[in-house]
Amino acid sequence: MGDKALAMKGGREKASVFSVLARNWSFFFLVLTVVIFSFTGKNFFALNNFQSIIHLATTALLLACAETFVIITGGVDLSVGFVLGLSAVASASTMQLLYAAHWSAPASVLVGIVVGIAASLACGLVAGVMIARFKVPPFIATLGTMGIAIGVSYHICGGFPIGYLPPGLTDIGNMYVLYVHPASGAWSFFARPASIAANQIKELVRIAPISFILIFVFLLLLWHLLKNTRFGQHTYAIGGSMDASVRAGINTRRHLILIYVLSTFLAGLAGIVDLFQSGTGNFTTFGAQLELFAIAAVIIGGASLMGGKGRILASAVGVLLLKVLENGLNLSGVQPFYRYIAVGLILIVAVVIDQLFPDLF
Amino acid sequence: MGYVLEVRNITKRFGGLVAVNDVSMGVQAGEVVGLLGDNGAGKSTLIKVISGVYKADAGKILFMDKEVQIDSPMDALAMGIETIYQDLALAENLNTPANIFLGREKMKKALGFLNVLDHAYMQKESSKILEKLDILIPSLRNRIRALSGGQRQAVAISRSIYWDAKFLIMDEPTAALGVAEQKKVISTINLLKSHGIGIIVISHQMHDIFQVADRMIIMRRGEKVAELVTKNTNADEVVSLIVGAETVTK
Repeated sequence: MGDKALAMKGGREKASVFSVLARNWSFFFLVLTVVIFSFTGKNFFALNNFQSIIHLATTALLLACAETFVIITGGVDLSVGFVLGLSAVASASTMQLLYAAHWSAPASVLVGIVVGIAASLACGLVAGVMIARFKVPPFIATLGTMGIAIGVSYHICGGFPIGYLPPGLTDIGNMYVLYVHPASGAWSFFARPASIAANQIKELVRIAPISFILIFVFLLLLWHLLKNTRFGQHTYAIGGSMDASVRAGINTRRHLILIYVLSTFLAGLAGIVDLFQSGTGNFTTFGAQLELFAIAAVIIGGASLMGGKGRILASAVGVLLLKVLENGLNLSGVQPFYRYIAVGLILIVAVVIDQLFPDLF
Repeated sequence: MGYVLEVRNITKRFGGLVAVNDVSMGVQAGEVVGLLGDNGAGKSTLIKVISGVYKADAGKILFMDKEVQIDSPMDALAMGIETIYQDLALAENLNTPANIFLGREKMKKALGFLNVLDHAYMQKESSKILEKLDILIPSLRNRIRALSGGQRQAVAISRSIYWDAKFLIMDEPTAALGVAEQKKVISTINLLKSHGIGIIVISHQMHDIFQVADRMIIMRRGEKVAELVTKNTNADEVVSLIVGAETVTK
């Protein structure tokens, strides 16, 4: 028995070098692309560029996290991209109205955020109830809420970005944690050092955009939720076998509704982030395909559309891979449409790896 | 004599069809009863009444000598009546401890305030129960998908036993298993029997039933047609009862 157990352990260890490589191929591929673009891309290998890649990936990361939960249950959420836009225009128009009615800037911003998030939660609730209670396939249910989200956001914004918002949104959204002025040695947190004039801003080294903190906190929270809690365990179980989950006494209906509400909550949050970063309430354009890139990132991270598997951090790597490709190809002077070809190829590779080694993940 | 579980005059109709007609039976502690019959004889309907999936139109269920009301599978589980269906109802993407504890996960406090899954505890308890049932699973961390049919069956059985099953219903436990694995399941059933658990086994594998069952109950067209003591019967008699004597004489 002892010998046998030992032999099995040995076998596992040996296999694990390969399986660690294969499980995390997207991560190694990400490292590889960074190395390649560092040679080919003009100004690619620079602190500013790396920070801006992650900064601009914030909303995509949130959408991918949302999609990860949904895809693990065996569903798909097509609405996230347009819920992002709905949240942005709903909160922006609320802020605009309240600020125009002489509310204070913080009050109108806070109320605006609440309205945007509430609109997003409503979308998830509708989709979740349709899926869990009325057994509508997730594809159709979220296609429905996607249509509603598009219609409502166009109704609110009339097809134009919403401006005239309370001042200071972008100051918060694009703030850095640390500012250093190498020439004078001055430094400060969250704002440029008082000794530095506005025209010297180019000389500042800015470290860690505020979005890093947001993303770090949310990745940590959602990773914990998926990995260490009953909620996460039941999410995997539902994706693995609905039948087994029902018979184990899991309230699968409630759980599925919560999953879709969580998904649109994260999408709504992404809309708020977009509002803070851009300073205008942008609706999602039809060609944006935000939800498709989120799904692609999750699949590249090793999840399966059949459900039952997926990891938050792997999905995050998937997003970063797509963003690095976009940025790196651009800086290497490659025409933009090649990016779509690259994404398509990587997606196919991801699915082929999943098919060839189904037990790895 | 004291039955762990007894059903009296159970009748279940689906519209005009009488699926189970006035059937009574009982199982003692530490006894294995084989439930036999052709397809559509009413075996599955009967066990679904016991496990709370269907509600009987007439008749009563006694558990530990007390009349009980079983309205849902959860009621049955809470009493200690566990059913292992043919499809086992395991989440194949999760590992053994996760399946044994599915829906009843053990939590612990991390950092003093975070409620997190206690993987170590669940793993320890799982290996204990598997050891108790004399089942070897190469690595508990492997997903169910990586296990053989017999090992999956073993996990399903362990889950029931861990949660204190006093009565176990097994639907075709040896179907779709290799010969060696069938033997293993049979010996597991015998082990459970020695722990004093009452068991109903439904099977088409006559050979297996003769190996494990103390008594056999044979159903045909919704009715109980015979109750036999395994020692005093043989396969020919059982088969003729299953298909119906008139068919045999024809």
